[in-house]
Amino acid sequence: MNKIWLVIKREYLTRVRNKTFLLSTILLPIVIILFILGSVFFAAKSIDSKKKIAIDDRSGFLSKHLRPDTNRIQVFFNTGVDTNTYAQKGFDGFMFPVDSAGRHFLLRTPKAASRETMERLQNSLNNAYVSNFLLEKNISVRELDSINKISASYFEVTNIDDKNKSVSGTVNSSIGFLSGILIYITMFIFGAMVMRGVMEEKTNRIAEVIVSSVKPFQLMMGKILGIGAVGLTQLLLWFVLLFVISSAASAFLPADVMQQVQQIQSNPSMMNANAAQYSGLAKGIASFSSLNWTIILASFIFYFIGGFLFYSSLFAAVGSVVNEDPQEAQSLMLPIMMPIIFGFIIMSSNLETPDSPVMVWASIIPFTSPIVMMSRIPSGPPFWELALSMVSLVIGFILTTWFAGKVYRTGILLYGKKAGWKEIFKWLRKA
Amino acid sequence: MPILELQNLKKYFSNQKAVDDISFNIEKGSIFGLLGPNGAGKTTLIRMITGIFYPDEGQIIFDGKKFNPVNDVVHIGYMPEERGLYKKMKIGEQAMYLAQLKGVKKDEAFKKIKDWFIRFEMESWWNKKVEDLSKGMSQKLQFVTTVLHEPKLIILDEPFSGLDPVNTNLIKDEIYKMAKRGATIIFSTHRMEQVEEICDHIILINKGKKILDGTVKQVKQDFKENLFSVGLEQQQTNFNGMAPFEVVGSLNENMVVRIKENHKPNDVLQFLLQQGSHIHSFNEILPSLNEIFIKLVEGTPLSRQFQNN
Repeated sequence: MNKIWLVIKREYLTRVRNKTFLLSTILLPIVIILFILGSVFFAAKSIDSKKKIAIDDRSGFLSKHLRPDTNRIQVFFNTGVDTNTYAQKGFDGFMFPVDSAGRHFLLRTPKAASRETMERLQNSLNNAYVSNFLLEKNISVRELDSINKISASYFEVTNIDDKNKSVSGTVNSSIGFLSGILIYITMFIFGAMVMRGVMEEKTNRIAEVIVSSVKPFQLMMGKILGIGAVGLTQLLLWFVLLFVISSAASAFLPADVMQQVQQIQSNPSMMNANAAQYSGLAKGIASFSSLNWTIILASFIFYFIGGFLFYSSLFAAVGSVVNEDPQEAQSLMLPIMMPIIFGFIIMSSNLETPDSPVMVWASIIPFTSPIVMMSRIPSGPPFWELALSMVSLVIGFILTTWFAGKVYRTGILLYGKKAGWKEIFKWLRKA
Repeated sequence: MPILELQNLKKYFSNQKAVDDISFNIEKGSIFGLLGPNGAGKTTLIRMITGIFYPDEGQIIFDGKKFNPVNDVVHIGYMPEERGLYKKMKIGEQAMYLAQLKGVKKDEAFKKIKDWFIRFEMESWWNKKVEDLSKGMSQKLQFVTTVLHEPKLIILDEPFSGLDPVNTNLIKDEIYKMAKRGATIIFSTHRMEQVEEICDHIILINKGKKILDGTVKQVKQDFKENLFSVGLEQQQTNFNGMAPFEVVGSLNENMVVRIKENHKPNDVLQFLLQQGSHIHSFNEILPSLNEIFIKLVEGTPLSRQFQNN
């Protein structure tokens, strides 16, 4: 036990003190933050510029009913510009009718207008028509205003569960997807890290010295646990850094940009969303906070560690049979990577039906359970399924570490030639 | 009392009998030569002694008790032929790590490493990385990490390869010192002149079997061919048939003679004196281990072919 601890300590310290570890730990959150900031900045920029559009309104209908200044579009009627001169007069576009009924317009712009602009323009035109239609039916302007107000938010449906708590399938599946994808990515990154780590003894030709002091199984477990601890540290540092940098960045952003971002956040109707969506978001936030976070966090940690142990020992077995050349590992890694990818596909294609038979089975079989079960947790799977899944994952990683230990014993002292799966199973029977 | 007793040790691989029924004892404090051509099974044998492999059959008795790899490996130091250290690790930390893996306490390990580094003039290396060392330097480091925990049994596989004569002597002296203090050394090499110089006892294995076992002196006696080199003042090659020897050649202007059966060296001297020859030297020529090795192993291919059984 003491020796495993020594191995863990060395694996952990040599990696954490490495410059590349520091670099990747610090750089990744910075890149992510810069990316987010950049896109927010440009989004805010694009809000700034209101499109000025000149309209040739021969019938006079639009000038009567179309509000001249709406959401980011400003319209000007009968300005006397034409298709050749609109740009010179400072307009972004020129719109004119092409049929006699005045229902089909052409919008002339220097370049294709954005989808948003086109949608807004069409909506405004159609709203103007509806308003006019209602006014003609002797509905007063005041009534019309109140109709517009209530139409979007008169009725409201809230989904509650048997415990009288408000729930949201959308929130559940997005939290589930997020944790599933996090486990998926970390399993790949840290699995590959373990594989390279195991090859270290071979490339440095020190395997024989080490296994004459430590049992191969102790060495392997020490390496897996040490590298796992490095991964956990990195994950934690990323979270902390993301939090620190994002709160620091918000303090340094120009005030007007922040204001606009806040406007977008607090008033989704600005983003072409209606009031229904707004209340949906509110409901989402309510069910977000009603989720059982203790269970979600606890099972995330369990499935993260369980999945890591299950797969990293398989990656360790592969690492022990290949030589210095990482290319050799590719063909041996494929059978290990397949179930991980498979689990991810099952999860993402069945997100909306967390209790379907495929999901239930995939969340119990340990090859896919870390990813799939994690995506089901927010929607509260039956207790027995969760228990069965956890027990089978524990049994699963005991089996894979046992298997890897056998392969590792033989593989680590093997130089010069790469073993295939057939040979590996032969060792399994012998060792 | 022997430190190590091997009893009918066997290790078969699927296509090869790597070690096939080998038994021998190694006395405490001796320097023991384990010889054999490439592929004879030396590495497999050593791996069983160091607890890396389990024997298929047979027993290993270490220091009077049945060998228990988990506890006994701390009393063994092994320097394999395949040299290696963590290249990216600092030298001091590396030595500390390897010592602690052998069960040496942290502060004790630190003191001992300092000690060795001073003795080997390596003090300034502590914070260097292995990749910055020359081959000879890393060899010295490897030797230090092998013996740092003061093992009762030290196994050295080709310890002098890649070392200059100065460093070779440095390490040779340490080996003698350790043997004097009671440590036992198993020395595996192809360099027969080194074996002759250093080892007390040797065994020779070939094709997984032991084919020779004895002290260096005894082995040489066993394989001697009654050859003597005789230095005479006046060169003389023709002796009558009555001579108790026959001339078989010359060596450094001395003639080499083989004593006929049922005769003693004294008979030769007597005969020569009667002849009136002036003798200024008379030496027995013992076979070198190199010759014995080649003689015993010859006829088997250098690297053992896989057997089909």
